[in-house]
Amino acid sequence: MQLGFLVDLHLCMGCKGCEIACKVENEVPLSTWRLRVKYVDVGTYPETKRTFTPLRCNHCENAPCERICPVSALHYIDNGIVNIDKERCIGCAGCVMACPYGAIYIDPETQTADKCTYCAHRIASSMMPACVVACPVEANIFGDLEDPTSNISTYIQQHTDVQVRKPEKGTNPHHYYVGASQAHLNPLASRREEGYNLFNKITTLPLGGHH
Amino acid sequence: MVHETLAATNAVVTLDVAIPDIFWGWYVTMNMWAKSIGTGLVFMLFLLLKKNSSEMNGLRTPVMITSFIFMNIFLIFTWLDLHQMWRMWHIFFYPHWTSAITVGAWMATLFVGLEFVMIAVMIRKEKCLLTKQPTAFFDKTLFWVTLLAIPVTLYTAGIMAEATARELWQMPTESAQMILAATLSGSAAMILLGGSKLSDETKSFFGSVLGLSALMAFIIYMSEYIFGAMKAEEVAAILHYVKGDGEYATMFWIGQWVAYILPMLLVALYRVSGSNSILSLAAILAIAGLWVVKHVWLVIPQLLPLS
Ligand code: SF4
Ligand code: SF4
Repeated sequence: MQLGFLVDLHLCMGCKGCEIACKVENEVPLSTWRLRVKYVDVGTYPETKRTFTPLRCNHCENAPCERICPVSALHYIDNGIVNIDKERCIGCAGCVMACPYGAIYIDPETQTADKCTYCAHRIASSMMPACVVACPVEANIFGDLEDPTSNISTYIQQHTDVQVRKPEKGTNPHHYYVGASQAHLNPLASRREEGYNLFNKITTLPLGGHH
Repeated sequence: MVHETLAATNAVVTLDVAIPDIFWGWYVTMNMWAKSIGTGLVFMLFLLLKKNSSEMNGLRTPVMITSFIFMNIFLIFTWLDLHQMWRMWHIFFYPHWTSAITVGAWMATLFVGLEFVMIAVMIRKEKCLLTKQPTAFFDKTLFWVTLLAIPVTLYTAGIMAEATARELWQMPTESAQMILAATLSGSAAMILLGGSKLSDETKSFFGSVLGLSALMAFIIYMSEYIFGAMKAEEVAAILHYVKGDGEYATMFWIGQWVAYILPMLLVALYRVSGSNSILSLAAILAIAGLWVVKHVWLVIPQLLPLS
C-alpha cells in the first residue's frame, strides 16, 4: 500500500475548511500549521483572479527529512506515510533544513518537530484524514496509489495535468495537484510584499533557533 | 527573488501564514567556527611534526589543549542548539546512519575522547603501555587523530548537502570550504599559539598555509557569488540577499575582507617585511572573519520562502 493525496485545484475554493479541520484534529498549536491554503492573486486589475493551493507534507518516497533525522524520529510506515515519533525527536531541526517544501515546524509547546502525518492515527482506525472529510467540494482525493482502481489512481489516469511540487529535488512526492500553474506550486513565481496580505502585520510566536 | 514573476501573471501572495524563520542561527555558526579551529589545530600540529618535529617541544600540550577547548565549545553549542537537549543521548542509542548528523556526532565524540587521552598522557607524563615515552605515544596517536579530523571537519558539509531544501549548500563546494576553514583558522591559531617557539621558517610556512587557504576559499566564494545564479533559480534568489542592497550584503563583504582579502594582503606584506606583528594581525583577522563568513552563508538560505 502506498497512500497518497491529490488536490484538484479546479475545485478548491479556498474556504480553509481543511486547514481548520487539521488544526482541531491534531491540536496544532498557535503560529504553526500542518496544512495551510496559500492564496496568490494573479493578473492586473480588472483581469485578476485568486488562486488557492492547499500545502501539506508530500510524504516523499525519497524523503530528505527521514534521511537527515539522526534518531529516526521521522520514519516510514508500511502504508507509505512519513510519520514522526515526537518522543524520539531531539529537536535538532535537521528536518526543517532538509524538507524542500517547508512542511516541518518545531512545535512551540513540545519543542519537537511536527508535520502532517496524513492523519495516520485516523487511517489506523479506517477513517479518512480530517481535511478530506472537511472539504465541501471534495477537492482532496486520498487513497492507495498502488491500487489502480482507487479514486486517486483513476483521477491520475484521467487527467493529463498532474503535477508535483519541485520535482527537480528528486523527492518523489506522493502528493499531486491537478490544474496547477507556476503561481500555485513555485514559491519563486510570486512576489511577497508587505501590505498586500489579506491580514497584515500578523504576529507569530518565535519559532526559530538562536539568531 | 522572484525570477519567474512575469508582468503578465503579476502574481502576489495575498495570504500565506508560513513565515520563514531562521532555525539554525548563531549557535550553529559557533559550532562550525569552533570546530574549524579545533580540527585545524590538529592538522597544523601534524604538519609541524612532519616538517620539523624538534619545534614540537613545548607545543604538543598547549596546542592540543586549545584544540580540545574549541572542540568542547563546538560540542556545547551543538548541544545547546537542540530544542530537546536532554534527549541528546538518543543519537547514541537510536542512531540513524543515513544522517550526517549521527555519523558526525559519533566521530566528534571519538575525536574529543582521543584528544583527552593525549592531553592526559602528556600532563601526567605516564608511561604508556604501548610506548615508553608520552611524547612518542602522542606523536603516534596524532597520526590517527589527524586522519579522524578530516571527516570530523567535513561532516558538517555532509549535513548541509543533506539539507535538500537549501540549494545554496552544495557538495563538493561545502567540503572544500570546510577543509579550507580548518586550514585557515588552524594555521592562524598556530601562528598565535606558537609565538617565539616557532622558527621564522616555520612561521613563514604557516603564513603561507594561511594565505593560500584564504585565497582558495575566497575564489570559491566569488565563483559561487558570480556564477551560482546561472545554474539554479533558488541559488539566484538566495544570492540576492548578499548582492546590491541585500539584507546581508554588508555582512557578506565584511566577512570576505576580514577573513580572506586582508589576511592575504597581510601575509604578502609579512613575506616582504618579515614582521611578526603583521602575521599575527593576519591570523587574528582570519579567525574573526571566518565567523562572519560562516554566519552569512548559514543564514541566507533560510530567508527564502520554501512554499
Ligand atoms: S514533504 Fe517534507 S516533511 Fe514531507 S516527506 Fe517530504 S521532505 Fe519530509
Ligand atoms: S528535529 Fe527531530 S524529527 Fe527533525 S531531524 Fe531532528 S530529531 Fe529528527
